[in-house]
Parts: sequence; C-alpha cells; structure tokens
Amino acid sequence: MEQVQLQDWARYTPAQRFQRYGYFALTALVVAWALGSVNIIWAWVWDAPTQMGDLFSRMVPPDPTHLDQILSALWETVNLATIATAMAVVLALPVAYIAAQNTTPNALTLWLGRFILVSSRSVNTIIWALLFVAIFGPGVVAGIVAIMFRSIGFLGKLLGEAIEEIDPKPVEALKACGASHFKVVLYAIVPQVMPTFFAVAILRWDINLRESTVLGLVGAGGIGVILQGAIDTFNWQEVSTVLLAIIALVVAGEVVSSYLRRKIL
Amino acid sequence: MSTARDTWRKQPFIANPVLRYGLYAAIAVYIVTTFATLPIDWDRMVQGLSRAGRIFGGAFPPSFQRSELLIDGFMESLKIAILATVGGVLLSIPIAFMAARNIAPLSIYYFGRAVIIIARSFHPVIVAIIFVKAVGFGPFAGILTLIVYSIGFVAKLLAEKIEEIDPGPVEAMRAAGAPFLSTLVYAVFPQIMQRQIGLGIYQLDSNLRASAVVGIVGAGGIGATLANAFGRYDYDFALAITMVIVGAILISEAVSGAIRKRIA
Amino acid sequence: MLKITSLVKRYGAGDPVLKDLDLEVPGEEVVSVIGSSGAGKSTLLRCINRLVEPTSGKIFLNGTDFTSLGKRELRVGRRRIGMVFQSFNLVDRLTVMENVQSGRLGYISTWAALSRRYPKEDIRRAYELMERVGIAHYANKRADELSGGERQRVGVIRALMQQPEILLADEPTASLDPKTSEQIMTLLRDLARELKLPVIINIHNVNEAKEFSDRIVGMRYGRIIFDDLPDALTKDAMHEIYAGVPHEDRQMEGAAA
Repeated sequence: MEQVQLQDWARYTPAQRFQRYGYFALTALVVAWALGSVNIIWAWVWDAPTQMGDLFSRMVPPDPTHLDQILSALWETVNLATIATAMAVVLALPVAYIAAQNTTPNALTLWLGRFILVSSRSVNTIIWALLFVAIFGPGVVAGIVAIMFRSIGFLGKLLGEAIEEIDPKPVEALKACGASHFKVVLYAIVPQVMPTFFAVAILRWDINLRESTVLGLVGAGGIGVILQGAIDTFNWQEVSTVLLAIIALVVAGEVVSSYLRRKIL
Repeated sequence: MSTARDTWRKQPFIANPVLRYGLYAAIAVYIVTTFATLPIDWDRMVQGLSRAGRIFGGAFPPSFQRSELLIDGFMESLKIAILATVGGVLLSIPIAFMAARNIAPLSIYYFGRAVIIIARSFHPVIVAIIFVKAVGFGPFAGILTLIVYSIGFVAKLLAEKIEEIDPGPVEAMRAAGAPFLSTLVYAVFPQIMQRQIGLGIYQLDSNLRASAVVGIVGAGGIGATLANAFGRYDYDFALAITMVIVGAILISEAVSGAIRKRIA
Repeated sequence: MLKITSLVKRYGAGDPVLKDLDLEVPGEEVVSVIGSSGAGKSTLLRCINRLVEPTSGKIFLNGTDFTSLGKRELRVGRRRIGMVFQSFNLVDRLTVMENVQSGRLGYISTWAALSRRYPKEDIRRAYELMERVGIAHYANKRADELSGGERQRVGVIRALMQQPEILLADEPTASLDPKTSEQIMTLLRDLARELKLPVIINIHNVNEAKEFSDRIVGMRYGRIIFDDLPDALTKDAMHEIYAGVPHEDRQMEGAAA
C-alpha cells in the first residue's frame, strides 16, 4: 500500500494538471494566432540583427560637436517637466478634493471629479501632445500643457485616495469647535495629506522628466526635437550623444528625487 | 499667572533664515528666468484658442465610418502587445538571473544590471524610433520596442524577487550534487513562478497601453492610425480612435486587476 | 443651563437609540453619565452639539434652541459647547499650539487661521491654560510626540479655548492608564470649578464617576433610569443600570406592550 502511493506520487491532481495544460494550450493558441496573422515581413526579421549591428556601428563614437545645443535642450526639458509638474500639482488639488468621497460637495461633483481623473489618466502624454501641438503649434507650450493634462489625473487620483484615507476624528473635533468647512479642511485635512502630497509630486516630477524627453518627437519641445533632427539627417553619431545625455538626465532625475524624498519625508 | 507671553509664531520648516530666504529667492528667480527663456510664442498661443474651437468642432461627433481601419489597427496593437509580452517575459528570465546578486558572478551581474538600466532609461517612444530606423516601419519594430520595455520592468522586479528567495533549497540541492541547471529548475523556479505569471499579466496590460503610443512614431498598431488621422486633420476619426484606446485601456486594466487578484 | 426635553434619536428604521429622554443640567456641576456600551451615552452627547442629528425633541442651552439652528447659526452655537474625546482627536502633524488654537477657529478670520497669526489675547490665554495643566513647554512640539495624558490635556485646553458655556467629555479617560486617568478627571473637576463651567462626562469607570462628580445619571437602553447624588448609587442601582443586555430589554418591552 505504502509502496503504491510512493510510486503514484505526482505534483498535481489530474484536474489541476488538466487545468494547467488548458491554460498553456490557450496561451499557445493566442500566441500562434498573433504570430500567424501579424503583418511582419519575415525577411526583415532575419535581417534585423545585421541592421541593428550596422546602425550601432554607425553610432560610435558619439559625436560631441553640438554638445552645447544638446545641453541647453536638456535644460529646456528639465524646465518643461518642472513647470508642468508644478502647475499640474496646483490644478490637481481641487480635482482631488471633489473626487474624494468624504470631501466632495455632492454626487454631481464626485462624478465630475472622477470623469476628469479617468479621462486624464487613460490618454497617454504623447497623445495629449499630438492634440496640443495641433492646437498651439509645435513648441514647449504644447509639451507643458500635454504633461499637465496627463499629470492631473495621476496626482488627483493618488491625492484623492489620500483624502479618503484620513483619520476622521480630528475633523469631527474641529466641527464641534464651530469651525467653518474651509477651516476644517485647512486644519484637519491638509496636514494629514501633506506627506502624500509631497511624495506624489516628487514621484510625478521624476516620471515627467522621462516623458518630456520624447515630447519633441511629436514636436512638443525639449531634447526630443534635437533627437528627431539628428535621426532625420542620419547623423547617428549625434543620435548616440543625445541618447547618452538622456540616460544622464534620467539617472540624475532619480538621484534628485530620491534625495528630496529623504529630505522632506 | 507668571508669564504673560502673547506672541507665538510657527517654527519655519527651515530654521536658518538665510537658507530659508535664499531658497525662496532661488525659487522665484528660477520661475521668472524659466518663463522668460522658454521659447513661448504668446501670439501663437492666443490663436490656439480659436484653433481649439475648430478642432473640437471638427471632432464632434466622433466618426466610426472607417471602423475597418480602426479594428485593424486595434487588432495589430493587441498582437504587438501579446507577442512582446511573451518575448519580454521569456527573455527577462535569463536577464533577471544575470542581474541577481545571489546567483550570478560579479561580472555577469554588472552586465545584467546594465541591460536593465538601459532598458528602463529610455522611454519606449525613443526605443521605437530607433527600431523603426533599423528594421523599418511596422509592427516588428513595435514588438522589439515593447520587448525592451518589458525587460526593463519584468527583469528588474524578477531579479529583486530572485535575490529575496530562500537560500535553503538551493543549498540543499547543491549539497545533493545537483548540476547548476537542475538547481535552478527545482530550487529557484518554484519560488518565482507565481510572481512571474503575475508580472506577465501586468505587463500585458502596460504593453497594450504602450503599443498605442509607439505607433505614433511608426511602429505599427492603432497609434499609427491615430497619428495618420491627426496628420490628415480627421479630428472626428481621431476622437473615435482615442475613445477606443481609452475604452480598451479601462477594460484591460480591470481584467488584469481581476486576474492578478485571483492568482495572488 | 442645559435643558433636554423628549429627545429621540433613531438610526434608519430600527429601534431608537435614545427614547424620549429628558435631562436638565442647571448650573456649575459635574455630571457623570454611566451605562453599559450601547446604552446611548455617546449619542446623547453628540446630539447636544448636533454632531449627530436628533430625530425629535428639544435642546436648550442658556435659552438657545439648538435643534432649530440653521447651518451657519449652528456653527456659532457650537463655539459655546466644548468637547473632549476618548481618542483626543488631535491633528497629529500640527504643533500643540496649533491644536490648542484650533479651538478658536470659530472666532478668528480665515487669514489668521491660514497664516497662523493668532490674536494676541488668544495666545496669552493659550499659554495661561497650558501652564495651568503643565504643557506650556510643549507649545512647539508636534502633537504626536506627546504621551496620552499630555495629548488629552491638549484636547481639554482646545475645548476651553472656545470659552464654552458647557463642556462635554466623551469617555475622556478610556484610552489612558489608571493613574493618568485620575489626573485628567481631577483636572476636569478643578477646571470646571475654577471656570464655573457645567461638565457632562460619559464614563465607564463607576468609581471615578462617584469620586469626581456632583451628580450621576445612569442610562440603560436609551433611557435615563437613575439620576441622583453619587452617594445614592447603591449596589442595587448599579445592578439595574448594568445588568442584562439590550436584547432582554427589548423582549421585556415587547411583553409589556
């Protein structure tokens, strides 16, 4: 008896195993469908490693002749991200206020707030940028507005959640003191969401720094404009310089934001 | 009472007044100079308002007339996302092992980390534009882009997970004289598989979002359709596309959230 | 003087929590309200300043009918009622001084509140009161750095800053250890005498209630069933207040009806 059980040992029961095979088969089927019907020219695929190698060999060594222009574009990118984040933070406050269940004035404002958050969050920065380039023309203004529109949803959602999670007891106490609604917000809610406010603003600034490096590819300002120009003129050595500059910017952004987080929180 | 103190001020966040006012001044100077030096064309901005009116006027009602194009674009995005997720998740396994300090020798560890850092530093749109130049327009560039994007995220988290595994089973296997690969399969994989599947599903969701974007620079999918619509001033079609993208993102977010909740 | 007549509070469609309750607190006395959990003590207190809306009945404080006040008038009315809470209800991330001054929020301008430029007389009064209870040296500390007893002192001072006509204390010592609890009760009683202030205290600890109050009100299942001097609170009376569970009460009422 003992012997038989030992021999029959298996990792899964038959039903479990069947289910697992089912998932595997389903996944394989979906992948096969995607692979079979996707519009790819396979000759290009087999050629890809050579092409990549070729492109890479044309990128080295990086060409620093226009480094001053690149650096000033980099600075413009930083400014663009910073200003847009600052403005988005200010605009996100009222949105968070009406999107939080415990502070929103009524059901209508709650849904308005949620609508703003969802539409802002579901549309990518680049798509916002396409729209605002069409409106304001190419340049940093379109970039700033695009980043703002995307950031409001992100900041508003996280801030709104922070407002919903506050301790309601101080609110009750200040109401009992006869404080007006605005003063209750000022003394009982604002201090409680302050840490989240700073953490979220710093986090979004870091993300916006990355996002603003690509805005230029759709004409919305920053370092991407130079990248696009270098690519269009097949100046691959300058492309690699720009790419290195972007890595440096992103790493520097991460260092600064983690420093600020430690300092303030 | 003994004391008759009648003044109180809140202690400022930065105690040193020089530092404090210095910081305020620096912020003020920064804001002024930035606005002064950013190349902002105010006339063009004012014109933008009337242009916005025209664009929104042209966008309503959204037009689903060319729904065939729309569906094709969307299906292509979906395929790009699926293939990139499979490729990215599979490739990220060896890279994660290379980037795990407790498994890989130091030189390989640095290589693995470097791959992850580079993959994370570049926005997918930049990666896409490079791949478009290297392998041509179309979904293949999109797939490669999102594979890189997936590696940056999945390999990073997976490497962290590998570094946190319980070293006991690994030691036991080594003590039993098992070769390196068997050790991985029996002592390490069981500890990370669940996490990897969860990451994969999460990544499918983010790849679907990203695939809508990389198309704008020519890497296939619905983003390309959207960029074309914008380029031809078909704002009603562009709005329809955007609505489909938003809808798809909301659905995929809900589905992936539900699945991850079930397997977690 | 506080006068409550036929107060009823009902949540939803269920049985009322307060059933036709009458209570009068004439002058400067410390009244302790005792009763088991769920007897309606906390609801009674919160009905007085309308943190909980009464279903029916009247509440008069020195001639003002609180039940009929509009939103704005209610805010002005609430300044006249100080309240102390079981879990202190301080704003942790603000300093002790800001917490104390938040008792004045009903009086000061929005700009003063925002910029923390409080009126001179408010600051003087705050220091006097804080010195009286021994927390003046904490003025610039954050509230969450203080111990429980110190935090409740801040809570009491915040209520007194309102210059209230009556003080409500909802289980003010339930979160404190016995020794600190005794100190806070002493403080409440002494301050009530000094400021000639009537105080209503919800309390679980019957011994403390007997020691520190001038009058004891016993509640059971939404009604007042005992109202007398502390000495009159005999074993039998206590048994009547605390024995049994609401469930049994409900059955008894059903049988009576």
